[in-house]
Amino acid sequence: MSETAVPSKRTVEIDHQSINFGPQHPAAHGVLRLILEMDGEVIERADPHIGLLHRGTEKLIEYKTYIQAVPYFDRLDYVSPMCEEHAFALATEKLLAIEVPERGKWIRTLFAEITRILNHLLNVTTYALDVGAITPPLWGFEEREKLLEFHEAASGARLHANYFRPGGVAKDLPAGLADRIGEWAETFPKFVDDLEELLTANRIWKQRTVDIGAIGGAEALAWGFSGPCLRASGVPWDLRRAQPYDMYDQVEFAVAVGRNGDCYDRYLVRLGEMRESVKIIKQCLERMRPGPVKVQDQKITPPTRAEMKRSMEALIHHFKLYTEGFHVPAGATYTVVESPKGEFGVYLVADGTNRPYRCKIRATGFSHLQAIEVLARRHMLADAVAIIGSLDIVFGEIDR
Amino acid sequence: MGENSTRCDGLREHVAALPGIREVRIEKGEVAAAAERDRLVALMTRLRDEPPFLFAQVMDICGVDWPEREERFDVVYNLLSVELNQRLRLIVTTDETTPVPSVCSVWPAATWWEREAWDLFGIAFSGQPDLRRILTDYGFEGHPLRKDFPLTGYVEVRYDEDRKAVLYEPVRLVQDFRRFDFISPWEGITTLPGDEKLRQERQE
Repeated sequence: MSETAVPSKRTVEIDHQSINFGPQHPAAHGVLRLILEMDGEVIERADPHIGLLHRGTEKLIEYKTYIQAVPYFDRLDYVSPMCEEHAFALATEKLLAIEVPERGKWIRTLFAEITRILNHLLNVTTYALDVGAITPPLWGFEEREKLLEFHEAASGARLHANYFRPGGVAKDLPAGLADRIGEWAETFPKFVDDLEELLTANRIWKQRTVDIGAIGGAEALAWGFSGPCLRASGVPWDLRRAQPYDMYDQVEFAVAVGRNGDCYDRYLVRLGEMRESVKIIKQCLERMRPGPVKVQDQKITPPTRAEMKRSMEALIHHFKLYTEGFHVPAGATYTVVESPKGEFGVYLVADGTNRPYRCKIRATGFSHLQAIEVLARRHMLADAVAIIGSLDIVFGEIDR
Repeated sequence: MGENSTRCDGLREHVAALPGIREVRIEKGEVAAAAERDRLVALMTRLRDEPPFLFAQVMDICGVDWPEREERFDVVYNLLSVELNQRLRLIVTTDETTPVPSVCSVWPAATWWEREAWDLFGIAFSGQPDLRRILTDYGFEGHPLRKDFPLTGYVEVRYDEDRKAVLYEPVRLVQDFRRFDFISPWEGITTLPGDEKLRQERQE
């Protein structure tokens, strides 16, 4: 058929055209609307429109007491809720000038790492799904479910934990949970091996990710990258190591660093981090000792239920804490944590009342998504999906 | 902690020597500086490039509203140097009309943060080529994080099935937003209810 056809001599003029990617697209990881200016199938310009999930969290927090503000942080990056609470709890503690008891710090470090694995499991596997692999999410979500059970056992909720509070954690671990986490930590590295077997050397996976969306170290810094995305570009910067908080200065772990800053390296760094997180979890379990889990100042943390049945003082404290809350002395702080996605910061301005005067949330994915303009330039349309997946963006956090 | 405080002191001295800096103080172990608005870009370029600073990253730019002040807005820049492991918070002030020089030529990452400050506070940035709204709805009016913007906003949105259109209507609340006054009578109230007149007479 083709041999007999007359060779066509038509000239086809291709004009730049804009397409709308999202906001209802499964690979947009939420409600990203990306306006793509295309030259054929090549992206000339990418202009993300965000804010479709804007809920005014910062404004709402200004009208809530410090304790009431904590649950809002779960709903920012709903894939790593406890790490977001961590930043707010640390900021409030800094302004209150209080020191959390040792066991409270160990529990927070432990659950921050469990949350990190939760986040990376979701990101790596759905990222694989975006570029066509179905098995990783099926396996990964099963593993996530085990971790969410730990979340539930400790805090009572699978996702919106409200567990890290200013002054410590809400309550101590239930009996037997530490052993269960310990057992899980023994089996989990095997799962990472399996996951790696599916992807790391997979030809299709490498074709879709190697050298896609590459960014150098200096450029990544200029665009405000942090966390795995920055480390994938070869900058060995980890806040847990450089500016340690809670118990991170007491545990040993390696910082996974990439070299090429492409989508593939971002995936490798996350895998490496999961392995390191297991090591930190084991150390936390080993070194945790019984003791109080929150500041023993009833003006800041609530008394126990049993105490409230007997002591009038405790009852008053409880009532005052859950109506008025505590007053935070005037001051400002910019406190950061290494959330699974990168630097998550809270700029908290207190004016001496029981409500924050201003609570700015430094969303990690905000600057990562901004850089998609340079990451996706002159890439194919399908690569945009891989880039979005590799940046690990969650709109609850970006849109606030 | 001791190591941190010596490092902060060193940074404070270096920053204080720069032109365009009004004052530098250490607040809760963090170095915070107030700067002059007009010399911001030159100052930021030096902070990025010169050896004692090397702030290669602007992690965050945000506004803070103090309506009772003459220049009501603070614009807060949180800088980070991964090389020297130090942070600096730089604050400039402005009002509703005076623009702040944009630092997007210094750090490309500043663009979205400045757009956000414009969107939520109405702080204008001069020299910023892309000053669109970013977080609020298309066609939104007002700047929601200003203290004089009500928490509930002015309009609510719904889809009307009959007219097959998205409608914006003024907010109608069944109950007003309740703002409780938690000042305890043992601490805050100096005049008992009913004694207001007596109190006033005494003051006069």
